[in-house]
Amino acid sequence: MLVLFWTDALIFLLVGVVVVFALYARRREHLRTPWRQVARSGVAMGSLVVLGFYVTIGLLDSVHFRSALHTNGDHDQVQYANEILSVFDWLAAPLRARGEKTYSAPFAAYLYAKQTIDLPDGRQQRQFPRLKYGARHLHHPETEKTADILVTAMFAAGKGLVVWGVLCSALIAGLGKRRQQTFRSLYARMCAGRTTTRWRSMLFTLGVLIVIAFVAADLSLKYHIFGTDKVGEDVFYQALKSIRTGLVIGTLTALVMLPFAVLLGIMAGYFGGWVDDVIQYLYTTLSSIPGVLLIAAAVLILQVYLDNHADEFASAAERADLRLLFLCLILGVTSWTSLCRYLRGETLKLRGSDYIQAATALGVRHFTIITRHILPNVMHIVLITVVLDFSALVLAEAVLSYVQIGVDPTMNSWGNMINSARLEMAREPIVWWSLLSAFIFMFSLVLAANLFSDALRDAFDPRLRVQG
Amino acid sequence: MIAYIVRRTLYAVPILIGVNLLTFVLFFVVNTPDDIARSQLGDRRVTVQAIDTWKRSHGYHKPLFFNENASGPGKVTDTVFFDKSVRLFGFDFGRSDSGRDISYDIGQRMWPSLAIAVPTLVVGILVNITFGLVIVFFRGTYIDFWGVVTCVTLLSVSSLFYIIGGQYLLSKLFHLVPISGYDTGVNAFKFLLLPVVVGVISGIGSGTRWYRTLFLEEIGKDYVRTARAKGLSEQVVLFRHVLRNALIPILTGIVVVLPLLFMGSLIVESFFGVPGLGSYTIDAIQRQDFAIVRSMVFLGSVLYIIGLLLTDISYTVVDPRVRLQ
Amino acid sequence: MSDAFVSVTGLSTHLGSDARPIRAVDGISFGIEKGETFALLGESGCGKSITALSLMRLLPASGRIMSGEVRFGSQDLLRLSEAEMRVVRGGGMAMIFQEPMTSLNPVLTIGAQVSEALRVHPRDTATTDVKHVLDLLHAVRIPDPEKRINEYPHQLSGGMKQRVMIAMALAGQPDLLIADEPTTALDVTIQAQVLDLMKQLQRQHGMAIFLITHDLGVVAEMADRIAVMYAGQIVEQAEREPFFSRPCHPYSRKLFESLPTMGKRHQALHVIEGFVPSLQTRFEGCRFAPRCDRAMNECHERAPVWHVAGTRKVLCHLYTRGEGVTRRNEPLSVPMSVDSATRLAAEPGPLLEVRALQVHFPIESGLFKRTIGHVRAVDGVDLAIRSGRTLALVGESGCGKTTIGKSILQLIRPTGGSVRFDGAELTSLARSELRRRRSDFQIIFQDPYSSMNPRMLVGDIIAEGMKAKSAGATPERRRARVERQLQQVGLAADSAARYPHEFSGGQRQRISIARALAVEPKLIICDEPTSALDVSVQAQILNLLRALQAEFKISYLFITHNISVVSYIADEIAIMYLGRIVESGTVGDVLLHPQHPYTQALLSAVPTLDSETRRQVIRLEGDIPSPSNPPTGCYFHPRCPKSMDTCRQRYPRRSKISEQHFVDCHLHTRDESHPGGLKR
Repeated sequence: MLVLFWTDALIFLLVGVVVVFALYARRREHLRTPWRQVARSGVAMGSLVVLGFYVTIGLLDSVHFRSALHTNGDHDQVQYANEILSVFDWLAAPLRARGEKTYSAPFAAYLYAKQTIDLPDGRQQRQFPRLKYGARHLHHPETEKTADILVTAMFAAGKGLVVWGVLCSALIAGLGKRRQQTFRSLYARMCAGRTTTRWRSMLFTLGVLIVIAFVAADLSLKYHIFGTDKVGEDVFYQALKSIRTGLVIGTLTALVMLPFAVLLGIMAGYFGGWVDDVIQYLYTTLSSIPGVLLIAAAVLILQVYLDNHADEFASAAERADLRLLFLCLILGVTSWTSLCRYLRGETLKLRGSDYIQAATALGVRHFTIITRHILPNVMHIVLITVVLDFSALVLAEAVLSYVQIGVDPTMNSWGNMINSARLEMAREPIVWWSLLSAFIFMFSLVLAANLFSDALRDAFDPRLRVQG
Repeated sequence: MIAYIVRRTLYAVPILIGVNLLTFVLFFVVNTPDDIARSQLGDRRVTVQAIDTWKRSHGYHKPLFFNENASGPGKVTDTVFFDKSVRLFGFDFGRSDSGRDISYDIGQRMWPSLAIAVPTLVVGILVNITFGLVIVFFRGTYIDFWGVVTCVTLLSVSSLFYIIGGQYLLSKLFHLVPISGYDTGVNAFKFLLLPVVVGVISGIGSGTRWYRTLFLEEIGKDYVRTARAKGLSEQVVLFRHVLRNALIPILTGIVVVLPLLFMGSLIVESFFGVPGLGSYTIDAIQRQDFAIVRSMVFLGSVLYIIGLLLTDISYTVVDPRVRLQ
Repeated sequence: MSDAFVSVTGLSTHLGSDARPIRAVDGISFGIEKGETFALLGESGCGKSITALSLMRLLPASGRIMSGEVRFGSQDLLRLSEAEMRVVRGGGMAMIFQEPMTSLNPVLTIGAQVSEALRVHPRDTATTDVKHVLDLLHAVRIPDPEKRINEYPHQLSGGMKQRVMIAMALAGQPDLLIADEPTTALDVTIQAQVLDLMKQLQRQHGMAIFLITHDLGVVAEMADRIAVMYAGQIVEQAEREPFFSRPCHPYSRKLFESLPTMGKRHQALHVIEGFVPSLQTRFEGCRFAPRCDRAMNECHERAPVWHVAGTRKVLCHLYTRGEGVTRRNEPLSVPMSVDSATRLAAEPGPLLEVRALQVHFPIESGLFKRTIGHVRAVDGVDLAIRSGRTLALVGESGCGKTTIGKSILQLIRPTGGSVRFDGAELTSLARSELRRRRSDFQIIFQDPYSSMNPRMLVGDIIAEGMKAKSAGATPERRRARVERQLQQVGLAADSAARYPHEFSGGQRQRISIARALAVEPKLIICDEPTSALDVSVQAQILNLLRALQAEFKISYLFITHNISVVSYIADEIAIMYLGRIVESGTVGDVLLHPQHPYTQALLSAVPTLDSETRRQVIRLEGDIPSPSNPPTGCYFHPRCPKSMDTCRQRYPRRSKISEQHFVDCHLHTRDESHPGGLKR
């Protein structure tokens, strides 16, 4: 049975919006040109592949369902499990199911804490027990582990390379067919990096990612490659699950704030007078409250509300989801003001421009002027702002969750991972793997987003492009 | 000038009223005082008496806006709204939910906040401007390219990792400075060093990149060409002409945050155990002390508005083209 | 050219990427002699500014000098180190730029910027820095230099800023002053002052001037020798007199012929078809051949070589083949398709009648934003245009002429007065009624690059007004109308499916005209429609406007500062100064017999081509005052060479010189019996 969370619905709405925009942009030269320039940047295209990887996982993690239970009773009434799973959970079932007792280091065969164990001869001893799942297949992990890891990794990498090779050939063949070029010539041009779209960097990044994915997947079947946390849950799984949270915060915030920012900003700039005064008052008031404090206040209030109305939610997951959505709303409220201010200024400039004066002189109505003249000419600002905000929001999630005004503590997120790991900082030896995995995942996402947004900004806003 | 400042201050009043109303709605209308009492007392099945006692002891027992039982002006003043929100305008923050005098706490805690925030800001700006100028001096070369790449990399790292990394390296590994804590007087220095270093480093990425953009924007302008046509050397062009003009957005960007330095940094202070206003706020959030959060929201907006005013004034100081009207 | 102290040989400068470079300067050679003025004449985008910047080695980041030699005295500038070059810059050769507004550092005082130049190139140490700066400011005739020295650039007018630029250039006592369009951004009366100053300084210091300009008039006024540049090459070099009496290269000739003058009123102007080629192309033959009406097969196939005759050089196949070119002053025999009889048969009663029009913008100040004064952008203006006629509104920048245009269209609501159009009072029309009538009066803007939404197809741009008017009910019929409209303005029908940025400036101006025409207006307000265009393209647009007027009997309100355009196109003329009309009448009356001292000064300041007809420039002192604080009495009196006591006290009444010729001046009110007023 499919379960649709609020955030799921909005994510798919967002995907729909992006697809519609892409179709719209395909037919319009002035929109296509800057994208072509983005496609000429190798760094941007490589980043795009990385982002695509994250988005795929995030989307897989956004289709939720309850699996049917196989009950012995009559077949008319199918019973559904209480637990809500996503497609991603289902794919990563081995990771999810194999919990240990408590901490274990990456690739460890033994638990991180000593436990009292009953020896076969009846005595008790405190020692590091073997893990239930990690490195289970090895008899003498001390001697066999390194070799096993290497062999598994090499085989996985081999598989990855084969898959990559097949993908690349299919792509080159497909492209060649469309452009009526021979496989060989297109291949040669791609290798030399002489294609307008930077296929070489894209395919290279894709190759690296596929190999990493295969190696990680194969290894994680045998080991906990990023260790386990306090309750023995696989950290690699947690980090992957956190991707959705990060993406939701980064994108839905934009989706909820855009209508306000665009509508109010353009109205304030275009109509001026008292409309302008009211809107300016609104955003000055909102932006005068320091963002963190406004978020803190709102989330606190939400917490109290949720505490007092706990019974109104079908499940804890639904509650956590609603909190996530609310967090997006609040982040949206704190971030729309700057875009609104920017759009107001830009509209003000456009309003005085010759072509809008000409439209007015032709007797065109206000609404038509706004939709046909102003909106298309501020769209690039909106796009750039959204993309630039994305990485900032992903980073903000971690900080807010750390301060405990972020996502629900039960929800997987990088902030929560860091927060829980921090409590173990004082421990000797230190438990570092939760931090490291959160760092790796967050850093690569944010870096890719930053590099991509740089290229995007250069392409869409030539004013900002400074030639040294 | 005076007229301008007075007018701007008058403009601030409706904004502060707006902030005040907004927080009041958030804290008292979305959740009634009963809800708050219940969640503060921890159990949802607390008795009505317990809730009443809690409300009475914290001053939440009065009606929200209008008190029918009171007489005269008390009908308006003897309410939660008047007690908890209107009094803020006189900077009377009242008592926290745990019974402490908030104004006193603020007075005590703003100094450690400043002790960290001011050096971080000053050192950060100097470092970023220096890096920005170096990168711009070598514009179009590999130093420029890799400088920008480094900046983007640095700003892609969450500030949390800078703090954790700093603590781990400097304190745990090399035992140079204490991990956290605070002291007064000269001893404060060793506690301040780490937070300041971490604060500066975590700002280098975005700061340097921003300043580079500002400098490059100025370098493209006509007057720079004029300066070169006079035969000035590249250093003179950079320092005397480009930097002077780029300092206008830089300075005014700094002025707007100056008042907010009092509020301190939430994360840095709580990580390093500094008893400033930032960690005060964090503690209040984690203890769900609404009175303190409310006070900090109000204080924050006041400081922000002061910052805006100072920004406008600073424009007239640094930019000869701007005259306040 | 043995005694030339600057000699440029085979200079090539490229811009942009290496893969597809823009060959902005493509192997040019010339020399400049001591103390002479050498003018480089060319239209926009022909590479003349890049030539100047190459000499100074101040190219933009993407620019690079590919080959050539620049000898300056005994030095080869292209071989100097950057440090040695810095001594030459500002010392040996100094440069002033086109945009005085942006060329000065806004946060440094005038004194600081001038003394900076002094410090780099120190003179004798006897006098102080400040004294030197004051001397320089005196030399460039800046009034009250002791006060100005501590002011910032934004406190100075454009003309003053350009003087400061010149003062900075003089600081290093250069042997060569490079002036890149030094007066293009300035008003014509200010231009006269600055050119005058440059000539005087050249006489005093004996420096050479390398003048870069697109303006034939400025060249005629200033230059000793001239080089004409086209598409990255110099195509002709000559001394002034022979050049102006007999330009040799077909391109040079066309430039002269496309200039509008009063004498050509009854003909269409000669035009150069097409537009300047992109400098990214690799040229096979002569670069001008595609636009040349005398091109032969050879021209398209083989690049021409220099033909030298005495001091004249020309790069054209006609000369190497021995076929000369006839004199410039041959009577042009292109008849105007307009039947001048229909032009004169104008309807009785004006189409547009403007009475006492006022547009005041409030100035607010103080605690409660009280209005403490008004910017009187338009201050009581009367105008009338009859159907099918052209009224030119002439004035310098900031005099309020654009505001008049916009307030007639109700794009800016007037604060007083009446605008009657075709029987309706526009100022009091309801919003919806006004919108319904808007198609009757249209506007064409100055800047062809900003007047069209860059994100709309040309077809949609033209159809926009029809849609708003609900004309051409079906999309098919609308499309047909758009095509017809495009053909009418001389553009291909398939232009409708393209975006504005694919067109050149002149073509865009045609699209603007098509957009206005599409709603069948009775009046078009042309707000400097040709001032952003090159002369050759300007001629095309003027011809088009005239032809359209003849066909559709449209009236034009032609707003401009360009007297030669006015003399060609206008029927009546109104001269504006500081928000008021000071003189109005038919073109013949006003241009040939100007009565107001301002009109006289304005006309005398326009540089003319023929040295025989050159008049004595009436030099106006000072700048145009601010419209927020106009002078008492006659607004013009502080600058007027003939001001009297009454001028300081009262604004003059309107005096009638003839049936259609009016002037606001005390010289004429004082003595009605002396209608001649003053003699020039």
